[in-house]
Amino acid sequence: MSETQVFSMPKVWNEKVHTHYCPGCTHGVAHRLVCEAIEELDIQNRTVGIAPVGCAVLMHQYLYLDMIEAAHGRAPATATGIKAVRPDKIVFTYQGDGDLASIGMGEIVHMMNRSLPLTVIFINNAIYGMTGGQMAPTTLLGQKSTTSPAGRDAKVNGYPIRMSEMLATLAGPAYIERVALTQPKYIIKAKQAVLKAFKNQVEGKGVSFVELLSTCPTNWGMRPLDACKWLEENMISYYPLGVFKDFPSSKTSADTLNGTSN
Amino acid sequence: MARSLMKGTEAIAEAAIQAGCKYFFGYPITPQNEIPEYMSAHLPKVGGMYVQGESEVASINMVMGGAATGYRVMTTSSSPGISLMSEGISYIAMAELPCVIVNISRGGPGLGNILPAQADYRQATSGGGHGDYNLIVLAPGNLQEAVNLTQDAFDLSQKYRNPVLILADGFMGQMMEAVEIKPRKAEDPSVNAEWALGWWNERGGKHVTIYSMHLDPDKLEPHNTHLQKKYARIRANEARFEHFMVDDAELIVTAYGTTSRVCRSAINNARAQGYKVGMVRPITLWPFPSAGYSDLPKSVKGILDVEMSAAFQMVDDVRLSTLCDLPITTTGRWGGYAPSVRQIEEACKELLKK
Repeated sequence: MSETQVFSMPKVWNEKVHTHYCPGCTHGVAHRLVCEAIEELDIQNRTVGIAPVGCAVLMHQYLYLDMIEAAHGRAPATATGIKAVRPDKIVFTYQGDGDLASIGMGEIVHMMNRSLPLTVIFINNAIYGMTGGQMAPTTLLGQKSTTSPAGRDAKVNGYPIRMSEMLATLAGPAYIERVALTQPKYIIKAKQAVLKAFKNQVEGKGVSFVELLSTCPTNWGMRPLDACKWLEENMISYYPLGVFKDFPSSKTSADTLNGTSN
Repeated sequence: MARSLMKGTEAIAEAAIQAGCKYFFGYPITPQNEIPEYMSAHLPKVGGMYVQGESEVASINMVMGGAATGYRVMTTSSSPGISLMSEGISYIAMAELPCVIVNISRGGPGLGNILPAQADYRQATSGGGHGDYNLIVLAPGNLQEAVNLTQDAFDLSQKYRNPVLILADGFMGQMMEAVEIKPRKAEDPSVNAEWALGWWNERGGKHVTIYSMHLDPDKLEPHNTHLQKKYARIRANEARFEHFMVDDAELIVTAYGTTSRVCRSAINNARAQGYKVGMVRPITLWPFPSAGYSDLPKSVKGILDVEMSAAFQMVDDVRLSTLCDLPITTTGRWGGYAPSVRQIEEACKELLKK
């Protein structure tokens, strides 16, 4: 039986706005996946989002949700504060690699370790976008940026950090997966991962973390399609796709937040 | 609750709980550790939660998240920790979120030591972080006042949607006095549904956003003007001070917090010997209670500013408040020492002999 589906914007999308994202940037895809997950789980009225500092800083204008903008790197701490007071809310952070893996490294590690039921959407595009293409903790060896003009040199800058693998060494997290946003076969998997990361929280499981390999055509100095190709040929070999942690957490929100219901 | 003997830190913690604060975020630092310890033991009993941050930076951003829900939240720290929190406090002030921060201050700069000092006056009264903002700063002079001001702090932060800082030096935190802690009725947090996160249904299906970035100067300029108008209202309405034996005074001692207690004893001794000394004690450090200095009797010939600060950080505010009309002398100890009663008494007598 065939069914006609009409493409439409998710209702969580604030239809009155246009984004400031560059052509070919995958933030739009990532935003849509977040919107679809919230819509499918029917949690718009009890979701609270935390925008980072970085390209997604204006995200609170694009998604029709209760949202707060955190200080650079501090979204996990802000999320912890919200969830501690309102355990009945579905709280997520959306953070880039400079925000999460550099200035906010401490906050993300300890939030993941506490494993309150929260959701993290991590955009890894291997560069600082908003500030104009500087080297990120995830910039690949040899990759050029405005602050590694000759390419990242491990002797000076160290090696790119694999956040999903590192966080998977913690006992607390319920679910960690890395996906990519460059073509439909990857996006379909990405959608399932984002949905699961929110569903886990609805079910009171511990913290869920989805890393989305993303493109930054503007700061990579590439056309959008070339950027997708570059990501697949260079990033996936260093940042392998897959599930790094997935087990039914013994913790439920009732256990973790015992006695804190409002 | 009947009067009981309590340590300053624990009295502040219990006063906060009795004012409806059920959520605490903080990081250990001496000399204020009894507050998080007390909170970790008592908040679960009242259906609240204590979260130990991985740093002061994280703790203040947890406070920001908690405050954004419209519930009463707090953090406490000591001088170096407050420095680390200053970024977050600037964001909280900009986003107009109510919360209470306590600084049980110690000797600085840098790591300094863990003994009492009053060297954070400028940081507290200038806001501490970047940008044009102010905190309401309350400086208790005894433990009952610390209890009352802690509860006032929650009401003031709610009234003005502004962070309130309690600045109490390490003596105030570590000493014991008899206090009575009464429950302070707090409004239901749902009164904040109009601006706070997580009240979607109460708001009739409308979302809210809380942010501090206004890229467009046509937005940032009026928002700053709005904040300044709020601070002007606070200046007009909330300045508090105490006059002690001022009416016939020829010399006015001015001090806040612990030093004001030492001054009180010194003034009593000097008075017993016929020296006409009084005191102006600021209770709010921001807004600074200029009115306490502007209507001093004609008999006053000078002011003695007493602080546990090598830089005498308050003296500029005193000078401005007197419009530089009166000569001001300073005395004190610093680096972890408090001035003695004798030191202040002798300084008063010396000045009055001239």
